[in-house]
Amino acid sequence: MRHLLSVADLDRDAAVLVLDTAAEMAKTQGREIKKLPTLRGRTVVNLFFEDSTRTRISFEAAAKRLSADVINFSAKGSSVSKGESLKDTALTLQAMGADAVVVRHQASGAPHRLANAGWLDAAVLNAGDGTHQHPTQALLDAFTIRRHLRGPDVGDPDGVGADLSGLHVAIVGDVLHSRVARSNVGLLTTLGARVTLVAPPTLVPIGADRWPCEISYHLDEVLDSGPDAVMMLRVQRERMGGPGLAGAATSAGFFPSPLEYTRQYGLDARRLARLPEHAIVMHPGPMNRGLEISADAADSPRAVIVEQVANGVAVRMAVLYLLLAGDREKGTEA
Amino acid sequence: MRHLLRGVAPLGGAPTDLLLADGVIVALGADAAREAGDATVVDGGGLVALPGLVDLHTHLREPGREDAETVETGSRAAALGGYTAVHAMANTSPVADTAGVVEQVLRLGQDAGWVDVFPVGAVSVGLRGEQLAELGAMAQSAARVRVFSDDGMCVHDPVLMRRALEYVKAFDGVVAQHAQEPRLTAGAQMHEGVVSAEVGLAGWPAVAEEAIIARDVLLAQHVESRLHVLHLSTAGSVEIVRWAKARGIAVTAEATPHHLSLTDDLARTYDPLYKVNPPLRTAEDVEAVRAGLADGTIDVVGTDHAPHTREDKDCEWAAAAFGMTGLETALGIVSTTMVATGRMTWADVARVMSHTPARIGRVDSGPRAQGRPLEIGEPANVTLVDPAARWTVDPAAQASTSRNTPYGGMELTGRVVATFLRGRPTVLDGVLVAEGVA
Repeated sequence: MRHLLSVADLDRDAAVLVLDTAAEMAKTQGREIKKLPTLRGRTVVNLFFEDSTRTRISFEAAAKRLSADVINFSAKGSSVSKGESLKDTALTLQAMGADAVVVRHQASGAPHRLANAGWLDAAVLNAGDGTHQHPTQALLDAFTIRRHLRGPDVGDPDGVGADLSGLHVAIVGDVLHSRVARSNVGLLTTLGARVTLVAPPTLVPIGADRWPCEISYHLDEVLDSGPDAVMMLRVQRERMGGPGLAGAATSAGFFPSPLEYTRQYGLDARRLARLPEHAIVMHPGPMNRGLEISADAADSPRAVIVEQVANGVAVRMAVLYLLLAGDREKGTEA
Repeated sequence: MRHLLRGVAPLGGAPTDLLLADGVIVALGADAAREAGDATVVDGGGLVALPGLVDLHTHLREPGREDAETVETGSRAAALGGYTAVHAMANTSPVADTAGVVEQVLRLGQDAGWVDVFPVGAVSVGLRGEQLAELGAMAQSAARVRVFSDDGMCVHDPVLMRRALEYVKAFDGVVAQHAQEPRLTAGAQMHEGVVSAEVGLAGWPAVAEEAIIARDVLLAQHVESRLHVLHLSTAGSVEIVRWAKARGIAVTAEATPHHLSLTDDLARTYDPLYKVNPPLRTAEDVEAVRAGLADGTIDVVGTDHAPHTREDKDCEWAAAAFGMTGLETALGIVSTTMVATGRMTWADVARVMSHTPARIGRVDSGPRAQGRPLEIGEPANVTLVDPAARWTVDPAAQASTSRNTPYGGMELTGRVVATFLRGRPTVLDGVLVAEGVA
């Protein structure tokens, strides 16, 4: 694996390998001394063009626990109009000898450009680009699902070696603007799961009918079909009309009001009770309590939301390890 | 200055000789050789002779963005592409919305001398879509503007569009519309469809183009004026124009070389070379545009030559400028996609790249007429094309100041060999010829 730009870079076996490696990493995180020497002397740059404290500290913890040197580079704004261009930033990191660049950018495809435009030799790890992809989020979600729902079947607490065949996952909310939804549709189906997207029609992208999943506008019907996991997506309040994106004076809004959204698509105690006994509730965070998820649901024993955060570190350790340690071995052979 | 073009095939027909003297075609066939005297002989064996190409849609960027293109470099690119005339779009800085600016562009074109540069006037002041620019003053200026366009921006206010269509009737002008409903395309980055859903770039739906074209053909019918639709890009747009023409509405339409040849799949590369407005559409749209051009629904091929500096393209997709260069590849693309495939003849190419654009722009009469037939007494604007030549596009070898061609490395069939502007060769053997040299 040279870069991780999209879940499409992973086939089933590669995805299972990442999850299995993450399981090994997770075991080491129960020890008193959590640090491993694996990436000593390697430099990982966290290049964040968009604020995301949680994702940045997750990658930072992952890299540090593998003994890599970590540089945090927070570049607000982007491109020619606002300060330094992506290209110049890439050339700077190249000159500093970065081995891996973890990039978060508001523009879809920015990590793809970093990896392919010839500006940079480092491994590029996409930490979320625009409304495109967020592959490590999907991997940590898959890891969490596998641990809870496949672990018992295969007799291993982490479900090592297993994929997600036979499981049904509902992903609910703002699919249109969600890189988490795009990444999960790709990865979970690669791993054999069945995915149903649930959203108001205004928040389903044109063209999504060609995705390898089902699409429903009705949360209650999908809950009644007995999904094994329900993933609630964050709904941004600015999607509700008022000042529009990209210079439009106003926008019509993707749904009429927060109350209506909650009524139709929010996960509350009543809907929680309709889920099968074993089903888990997930959310990539940060949550809007009272909008897409009620406190009852978020804090229920079925919610694995905090565990997702912990698994994020293990998954990111696994990805950094596979990108950098593998790369080094290959370099030695050559 | 006299040139004898020996053995050329006018519009791809039977080979003959053409004698160009004093800016005019003075003889054809056996008479040409007989009267040639000391004329310079150009061996045209195997070459197709076309009337000099006329572009209705060129961005020369001057005044204002001389870092991307100047009238001088853009008109060199045009000559190399086989053009003898280009219409320079109004979205310069300052905008070409006054007689002063259009006369400046006219003079820059005359000084450069490679092609006739016809300035396009803005429809609205500053392209802001609020108030009509002084269309009459531009029409009566030395630039004699007949084509008015806010290209780059859509005249989206239906009342302003109605007024513009009505007003230009006084001087036989035409409103060339950039059909893009702004509210449906706020923040849009690429065609909205399967690919945009996957790559996560904000969608530019076909309906945003089609809705404006549908409105505008009805407005043109209502006020009985002329409408020209720029860079039509969707199958639905072709259908609407076909319907309007069947009803006798005075609408003409343009396709660009890139909408005849490239699809939205290229956005998967995230390479901003493929970012253009309107965006590259689907393969079905490309096929519909080709069919529309072949059957005459689409009247002209216009390049929408849109040079941009490297820094405006060497970045992430969303930050990049819209547009691609086209003057030096247009003939090759049309030849490759339409002629080599048997869908059009060279006479058709002359129609869509010379005669009709000149007629729409009202530059097809008078002593400096463009887009005229290759006949005795007509201005000697002639383009010679090697229809069989296969060549590879090299961005670094182009005359344009900018390098944002999407065709780098692509092999095309059909190449411009020579261009004559009123009898003077501007290009010979595929190379620019400075005035006074040949």
